[in-house]
Amino acid sequence: MHGFRQILRIEARLYLRDRPTLLSTIGVPTLILTVLGLIPALREPDPKFDGQTFVSYFAPSLLVVSLVVVGVNTLPAVLATYRERGVLRRLATTPAHPAALLAAQLVLALAGILASALLLIVVARLAFGVPLPRHPLGFTVAFVLGTAALLALGLLVAAVARTTKAAQALAAPLFMVTMFFGGAYLPRFLLPDFVARIGDYTPPGVQALLDAWTGTSPQPLHLAIMAVIAVAAGASAAKLFRWE
Amino acid sequence: MPVIEVTHLKKRYGDLVAVDDVSFTVEAGEIFGVLGPNGAGKTTTVECVAGLRVPDGGGVSVLGLDPRRDAAQLRQRVGVQLQESQLPDRLRVAEALELYASFYRNPADPAALIDKLGLGEKRNTPYKNLSGGQKQRLSIALALVGNPEIAILDELTTGLDPQARRDTWGLIEQVRDSGVTIVLVTHFMEEAERLCDRVAVIDRGRVVALDSPAGLVSTVAPEQRIRFRPSAPIDDRLLTDLPEVTDVHRTGSQVVVTGTGEVLHAVTSVLARHQIVAADLRLEQSTLDDAFVELTGRRPAN
Repeated sequence: MHGFRQILRIEARLYLRDRPTLLSTIGVPTLILTVLGLIPALREPDPKFDGQTFVSYFAPSLLVVSLVVVGVNTLPAVLATYRERGVLRRLATTPAHPAALLAAQLVLALAGILASALLLIVVARLAFGVPLPRHPLGFTVAFVLGTAALLALGLLVAAVARTTKAAQALAAPLFMVTMFFGGAYLPRFLLPDFVARIGDYTPPGVQALLDAWTGTSPQPLHLAIMAVIAVAAGASAAKLFRWE
Repeated sequence: MPVIEVTHLKKRYGDLVAVDDVSFTVEAGEIFGVLGPNGAGKTTTVECVAGLRVPDGGGVSVLGLDPRRDAAQLRQRVGVQLQESQLPDRLRVAEALELYASFYRNPADPAALIDKLGLGEKRNTPYKNLSGGQKQRLSIALALVGNPEIAILDELTTGLDPQARRDTWGLIEQVRDSGVTIVLVTHFMEEAERLCDRVAVIDRGRVVALDSPAGLVSTVAPEQRIRFRPSAPIDDRLLTDLPEVTDVHRTGSQVVVTGTGEVLHAVTSVLARHQIVAADLRLEQSTLDDAFVELTGRRPAN
């Protein structure tokens, strides 16, 4: 893909230049974790959470926040803006392909998600004694598939939305649904059981993340659903994506 | 030698026929204007030339190549400045030019181009802080940074103030003088008259005229109007008897003589013979505006 390397370098620079967005996308989950972690009662093991602390139990939902903010909020908005303002079109007149810009944005979204997740996991471990994921392989697979499913949904929004406003309008309900079922608004033990079960299958698959984090291997069905969503949304996005 | 050949181009969007039948050739080194009212099919035509759209019929050849099949080659050799194409807010002038230069095999020196376009003091300014004229100049710079053989510039000066517009015109002449063939899409008559060697007037998806700006004016509206206040009463017949004169009428104390060819000389000679002084004498020649109205039946913008 001609121009990818140069575009990635410039886009990374623009990404780092936008400090407020950078801090809010990468720092917010850790900030919430810190606030909750400062409450002593939430650091006590509780039989309600299989003997874990609330902070441990809630950490995967904060990971959901990282993934959803970048994948569903930031990525489609950036791509739709680039399309609306003719950035993609202008690129199409040069030897570089606009797909190089899209790929660069995906790489940056991934980098943002990874940075956000790492910060969360490390702070949770060091400051609040949340153990590192006990099933590293299962956790990695759940994380990769969940991320892929969300980014694919984000790309689908970017593909069908003609304008930035339309992208935001489409992304907002998706954002709320994934956040809600991911247990980011209400901890999942407060949700009715069937609602929590739905959340097992909405991207990025919070139950699989929780299972792997606490040491059980994630259920294959949970992972398979994420893979199906990633492939279906990704393929539709590729088919529907408009460069102008 | 023609560098662009368009033959019987057709393009429709659903039921809307954007381009019905457009043919023209552009010669190396000229500034070729594509003129027409809004919605006439100008932009679609040049987008087909730039390889951004696939024609439904007819042929397009650019530098002897097919804009679709040989797209990769042509993108190296043709620079395009699109209507309403912006850049990311935080991208700085120098970054934008360096990025775009990196796409090309033989790019221009970005720093030199920045200076040439008068953006030297703005090289580290983010895009969003540039004025309209500066954004437009940056946009032109991006179209030129690949050292193209052809530059396609769409609605170059729309939204610019008169001074910025004149500066931009000067710039385009410099670019042409450096050997670049330029296709200029515009709906400003003054711009076409000032810059273009030849102009295709497009209306409702068809070429309705193709000539030099002066040629267009003379074929369509060859008449000239002379206005003056005679120092003594004058008999209309003295003027209507002149073969060059087609009409004489009066508005207040003014006489308005319409005619063709050497009408000014004929009229002033008659007046001199009768020792009448023509005060406030003005000669009004038809402009491209008049030609445009006659060709398309519509007033141009502004």
